[in-house]
Amino acid sequence: MSDLQELYQQVVLDHSKRPRNFRKLEDANHTAEGYNPLCGDHYHIYLKVEDNTVKDVGFEGAGCAISKASASLMTDSVKGKSRAEIEILFNKFHDMITGKVEPTSAELEKLSVFSGVREFPVRVKCASLAWHTLRAALDAEGKTVTTE
Amino acid sequence: MTALSRQKLTQTRETSHDIYDVERIREDFPILGQKVNGKPLVYLDNAATSQKPQAVIDVIKTYYATENSNIHRGVHTLSERATRAYESARSEVKRFINAQEDREIIFVRGSTEGINLVANSYGRKFIQSGDEIIISWMEHHSNIVPWQLLCEEKDAVLRVVPINDDGELMLNEYEKLLSTRTKLVSIAHVSNALGSINPVKTIVEMAHSRGIPVLIDGAQAAPHMPVDVTEMDCDFYVFSGHKLYGPTGIGILYGKAHLLEDMPPYQGGGDMIKSVTFEKTLYNVVPYKFEAGTPNIAGAIGLGTAIHYVNSIGLERINAYERELLSYATEAISEIKGIRIIGTAKEKAGILSFILEGVHAHDVGTVLDHEGIALRTGHHCAQPVMQRFGVPATARASLGLYNTREEIDALVRALYKVIEVFR
Ligand SMILES: Cc1ncc(COP(=O)(O)O)c(C=O)c1O
Repeated sequence: MSDLQELYQQVVLDHSKRPRNFRKLEDANHTAEGYNPLCGDHYHIYLKVEDNTVKDVGFEGAGCAISKASASLMTDSVKGKSRAEIEILFNKFHDMITGKVEPTSAELEKLSVFSGVREFPVRVKCASLAWHTLRAALDAEGKTVTTE
Repeated sequence: MTALSRQKLTQTRETSHDIYDVERIREDFPILGQKVNGKPLVYLDNAATSQKPQAVIDVIKTYYATENSNIHRGVHTLSERATRAYESARSEVKRFINAQEDREIIFVRGSTEGINLVANSYGRKFIQSGDEIIISWMEHHSNIVPWQLLCEEKDAVLRVVPINDDGELMLNEYEKLLSTRTKLVSIAHVSNALGSINPVKTIVEMAHSRGIPVLIDGAQAAPHMPVDVTEMDCDFYVFSGHKLYGPTGIGILYGKAHLLEDMPPYQGGGDMIKSVTFEKTLYNVVPYKFEAGTPNIAGAIGLGTAIHYVNSIGLERINAYERELLSYATEAISEIKGIRIIGTAKEKAGILSFILEGVHAHDVGTVLDHEGIALRTGHHCAQPVMQRFGVPATARASLGLYNTREEIDALVRALYKVIEVFR
């Protein structure tokens, strides 16, 4: 498989064309907006968090195939997870796309389709945008909690 | 001169007039010979920055190896040589844009700094609360933000001339915006995102008939067409050396002498003063008043050499060649299914912006890069243009004097590859 084919795997292309959870959650209690000024990728993430667990998640926005597929696959994989679990998953994901560790599909499951990103350093930001936005959304709640 | 050498000279002149020997020209640019991702480099990102001919690389090296010294300071030989080289670069620029005097040429870092200089110096002195500044919808951020900053500070108002669906400036709307409140007009000569060439002479005339000064942003014009500031009659003109086959970090602000005389300094420091006491500091004369501190001496010399290089080919010929190449590229790319060209002005220079239906520009860029093709994807520092055309980003092929039809063919092949990947 060439670098290019590894980057744009069928699953990635499929999720970019038919993103999952691509909707606004009307009952979201956490939201955040993510923007990559370099390429204009722009997403909103909506979360419904209960008992410190992501019960539901949706997203809207536009961007390149990598950013959109990443957001789509992310929403699938964080549903039902706690903040701490999401943080661990994010770190593994980030280590994989930056080439720090070899992808272990067992842990990352479907997210390992993004392993090809490590050969394209300029695309790391695209793959991680949705994740940063998700964490900002979770943090937004965290801050509200402390001020209350 | 012997008859033989005279004959030789006319021969070379004739040949150099008749055929544009692009292969010969390419040999002057050492970077073009390399491979990227295993494919021959196809450099189509000239609007971002152009490559440098060997002559420019050499002159910078020679300067540092044999002449390096500070200017306008020492009486020693090296300093005198460096000063002479720096000042003769100024004269070269003056001739290049047909300014009236050397002192109308101010060395700055680039177009961005040139515009900021005018906004900070001219703008701060002459723009007041309620005044209006006119720009256009197709400006680069560097011709938007400095004016926004000024307007915010002065409580002045920024007015924007709209563009039509082809990416052409709407002159009738411009006419309507001009009023007694207008204190300055600042408009691009050529749009970096669309390639549209604006009718700058008309723009200047219309403003001047109401006594309004005009700045023209020539960043994307100077590399592609002859520029004559005297004929254009603009009050300020800026361009960047690095887009004109010269080094980065050097650019030009041209200003009419009488305007420059009336303007306060931009930055304070060495070289821009005549005498300093704590009670009163006397500023130096134009252009030194605007060149505080040790300037980019090697950059100025490099720019002078770049201009010399461009002149040796001739801007008229470069312009004719690039126009021909642009129409070849436009035709070839239009034939690809799903391509939409953004910017279809009648008068265009060197720039082909497009989107491929269903594929984000960023993904186009990644596949093209994989094929050795360097072009820019994104908003090109012109977000209002993207908003105007309802696209988040475009891919932009921008031509230089060394690009070839074969390179356009490679671009087209690579675009088919993009379609294949995203099918
Ligand atoms: C039309 C236009 N104006 C201004 C600039 C800014 O030039 P620089 O970054 O060299 O200052 C650019 C650069 O892309 C440009 O295209």
